[in-house]
Amino acid sequence: MDLKGKKITVHDMCLRDGMHPKRHQITVAQMVDIAKAMDEAGIPLIEVTHGDGLGGASVNYGFPAATDEEYLTAVCKEMKNTKVSALLLPGIGTVDHLKMAVDCGISTIRIATHCTEADVSEQHLTMASQIKGLDRVGFLMMAHMIEAEELVTQLKLMEGFGANCVYITDSAGYMLPDDVSSRVALARAELRPETELGFHGHHNMAMGIANSLAAVEAGANRIDGSLAGLGAGAGNTPLEVFVAVCERMGVETGVDLFKAMDIAEDKIVPMMDHLVRVDRDALTLGYAGVYSSFLLFAKRSAQKYNLSSRDILVELGRRRTVGGQEDMIEDLALDMARARGTI
Amino acid sequence: MSKKVKAAIIGPGNIGTDLLMKAMRSEFIEPVWMVGVEAESPGLRRAKEMGLKTTADGVDGMLPSMKADGVQICFDATSAYVHAENSRKVNEQGAVMIDLTPAAIGPFCVPPVNLAEAVAARAMNVNMVTCGGQATIPLVAAVSRVQAVSYGEIVATVSSKSAGPGTRKNIDEFTRTTASGIERVGGAASGKAIIVINPAEPPLIMRDTVHCLTVDEPDQEAITRSVLAMIAEVQQYVPGYTLKNGPVFDGKRVSIYMEVEGLGDFLPKYAGNLDIMTAAGLRTAELYAREILAGNFVPNAA
Repeated sequence: MDLKGKKITVHDMCLRDGMHPKRHQITVAQMVDIAKAMDEAGIPLIEVTHGDGLGGASVNYGFPAATDEEYLTAVCKEMKNTKVSALLLPGIGTVDHLKMAVDCGISTIRIATHCTEADVSEQHLTMASQIKGLDRVGFLMMAHMIEAEELVTQLKLMEGFGANCVYITDSAGYMLPDDVSSRVALARAELRPETELGFHGHHNMAMGIANSLAAVEAGANRIDGSLAGLGAGAGNTPLEVFVAVCERMGVETGVDLFKAMDIAEDKIVPMMDHLVRVDRDALTLGYAGVYSSFLLFAKRSAQKYNLSSRDILVELGRRRTVGGQEDMIEDLALDMARARGTI
Repeated sequence: MSKKVKAAIIGPGNIGTDLLMKAMRSEFIEPVWMVGVEAESPGLRRAKEMGLKTTADGVDGMLPSMKADGVQICFDATSAYVHAENSRKVNEQGAVMIDLTPAAIGPFCVPPVNLAEAVAARAMNVNMVTCGGQATIPLVAAVSRVQAVSYGEIVATVSSKSAGPGTRKNIDEFTRTTASGIERVGGAASGKAIIVINPAEPPLIMRDTVHCLTVDEPDQEAITRSVLAMIAEVQQYVPGYTLKNGPVFDGKRVSIYMEVEGLGDFLPKYAGNLDIMTAAGLRTAELYAREILAGNFVPNAA
């Protein structure tokens, strides 16, 4: 694989996707400390919000340690070079949240929908397009569930609504490098040349790095990852590892590798409540194609109703659940426990 | 019962047509007009075949004769954008407007919770909140009538095929209007609504989860009793309104897991989200009609 000379933008997810393994309890002070270190390390873009995006604070997804507004205000004002993004899932957050985040100082808004439902992002991308200078990203989740042609149709919808960058998101960590290559290559061929293309991976099958490289080779120029892999499931593409690989391959990221390593080792890992790794359940997510943030919910329901979390996750995959259906997990666990006569 | 109140349906799409099929069976409502904007609309053609007067010129096409035709109740199954104008026009002709769009210019009506109140208030425009609101607000109210609810949250999961272009273009209307209904009708001090669209095939039946946080420790027995009674109330007009699990009690959290299967009149059975809207709209109209027939209420232009 020859990627020499390519320039890409890496986007760190610790302070958004990393909220999932932290049950949304990262404090404002921790966010500011980590964000400042990332700024120092030359990470160009970081995401900050509740794990489920703006407005995610809920019984269903978990109540965070602070509000989106508190996190964003505190982080944005400390950044020298690093830009801050916020995620928004229509159906959870609204344009009111978007406006609030812009007022807090974000430079990028990412509007995320299930891969077949891009049209629900019209309202939000259209509004974002009216805000001068705002970087607008359309983010198609669970992209493994449909083939490249259908996915590109949906990406084009987002492009049409005003996204200047669109993402192929492997929310379940299910994809293998060929799955990524085919989707990214077709998107690159079909989208406008000026539209940027990104890939967001999860490491559930330990494919984070390989998939991200495949994406770059096929034409993606934005890659999501998180230092020490702090993210849902087995985490995101471990960013310091990816940066090291990029350096060896001659891909420019602009990130100071050793500083990135130090943040991962000295700040992120000590903050983890459990080691974010490919454990049995995280591997099941990738294997069965299940939304990564279901992990802890399945573990909790398994414990409460004396079931196997793997059984719960496999069944969620079989039922083709999508991102946001966390409420399905306890409901399903109750059905399974009843079927086994344990409740 | 020989006498019925005459009604018009504005919007011959999926919702309007399903509503028409339900209204044809009503003891109290007689649909006489179907109003559309496209001459080629299959919904208009179907209504015509069923013996209704039709127009493709919007509400303006019906206005000149609606009074003479005795229309006293109108249903708006179009979109929030045109609703206010439609409502003003039919109100001027002395007809009550039942709003199935998310415009929410009139008071919210969730039949088993506040229908009697809305009708007693003689409102000339009532709003049916949202599909997710009709499916969940009764249960928030079932908890809040037992004890104070500090926070009510609902998650509505609907199949892709049942989420129409109107909902998709303006999904924020759903979350805002439903959250507001959870507070104003459901009785929660603060409300949140989440909608998830799932494209699985075969399409999934509408699912709804209701989470309430009670101020004090929940009275499990009383809440369970209240929830079961409320479900029976809703089942009177949506027989497929089914408790799947719960109420689950976890500290001050009360969670109720529901499935809503529609009657399958015109819309498929999985689209319980749409069915519960049309069924609730018709139920509201029927109570108005009974008041009108009993001579207790004469709708007229204010």
